[in-house]
Amino acid sequence: MTLFQQAIQWLNDPLNWTNPGGIFDRLVEHLRISAAAVLLGCLIAWPLGLWLGHRRRGGGAVITVSNVTLAVPTLSLLTLISLTALGIGQTAVILALTVFAIPPLLANAYTGLREVDPQVRDAARGMGLSGWQMLWRVELPLSVPYLAAGFRTAAVQVVATAALAALVAGGGLGEIISEGFGLGINVAGGQIIAGGLLVAGLALLVEGTFAVVERLVTPRPLRRARGMRRAGATAANV
Amino acid sequence: MPPPVLAYADADNPWFSWQFLQQNTDAVLAALREHAQLTAEAVLLATLVSVPLAVLAYWFRRLTGPILALTGVLYTIPSLALFALLAPFVGVGQATVLVGLVTYALLVIVRNTVAGLSQVPEPVRDAARGMGYGRFGQLWRIDLPLALPGILTGVRLATVSTVALVTVGVLIGHGGLGEFLTIGFRAGYKSEVMTATIIIFLLGLALDLVLAGLGRLLTPWTRSRAR
Repeated sequence: MTLFQQAIQWLNDPLNWTNPGGIFDRLVEHLRISAAAVLLGCLIAWPLGLWLGHRRRGGGAVITVSNVTLAVPTLSLLTLISLTALGIGQTAVILALTVFAIPPLLANAYTGLREVDPQVRDAARGMGLSGWQMLWRVELPLSVPYLAAGFRTAAVQVVATAALAALVAGGGLGEIISEGFGLGINVAGGQIIAGGLLVAGLALLVEGTFAVVERLVTPRPLRRARGMRRAGATAANV
Repeated sequence: MPPPVLAYADADNPWFSWQFLQQNTDAVLAALREHAQLTAEAVLLATLVSVPLAVLAYWFRRLTGPILALTGVLYTIPSLALFALLAPFVGVGQATVLVGLVTYALLVIVRNTVAGLSQVPEPVRDAARGMGYGRFGQLWRIDLPLALPGILTGVRLATVSTVALVTVGVLIGHGGLGEFLTIGFRAGYKSEVMTATIIIFLLGLALDLVLAGLGRLLTPWTRSRAR
């Protein structure tokens, strides 16, 4: 029997889905951890990014944040935070993932506001809008496509890296893979591949879903600029 | 490489201790060597694959979408899943880690190279054609040199993220300094995790600076323009 057939067979066993610690349990854990990290990231990064973009300064700091987090391994933060007083578990994992969700959210919020046409801002000021009104009624709506792009990048990244939580006993779908490696490739090759397929499938599904959401919330006239936006956000995307 | 046997400082558990580094110098250096070697090989291979792909995307506009989409999908697949999908077939060796790392570096280098090539001004390309350059001559003498800053940006980003990503290789026993992260985590030994983190961070920074210096040497014209 080929390895691939073993993987299909493993996935076909209903008990592997419904057992305690089975696929459903791990999937719920995975999604709960990811959602918490992304939401926490939004709460921190969006107000900060919008404010910096509105004040039109701090661009250097935003770039530094994304470059520095790029050089820090996810595994480092996962293990470091687990060794603090927080202890091993989901809280540590959520905090570590939040750190990696922040750069794309922050960079896109900042860029979104910076990209607002200066003439539009002038017109808004000429109409007598205060700083807050301009932010709320003019700049924020115009930067929604950027916020959506940042959200998508952050969500995909967090769902992908949440798989590493298994290496610090944090749960999630990665546990299936890590358990398989624990049993050995000869014994659990099928389980390892099945776990890989599940994790990869989930990441691609999240990417696809939020790509559609991003498109839906982007007003038609702004859709053409999408290529530019992705290119501009490169540093934060990786 | 078997997991290094480590000496631990007694009793107290500080966040950083020179003693740990002194007692385990050899193990740290061996891991650092594996880490740097995996990174260098991965980035080199990724560049050798990415640049031709980017040139194809640049020459044949119809291929741009599919090439970027394919590398994008490969990039989206989480590293852990990729290693899990590769290991049963390729085995638990450095080769598996290397294939995974190359897969990740592709998107960044391809995207930045395409961006660099697209920024070659049309009049320049026109002049090149007028001077009688063929497709390959123009690519080699005109397009690629002008796209070099873009290519280097891609290679630098890929290098820094590869240095960080090597650590996931611990899953199949070849994670370079990543081994210290998981061993230190299991032992609850803070200095070990912190030391490895700092060294990995410094390695990324050092390689980035080296590549930045290399870029300055290779593209002297960008400096004179900036002045």
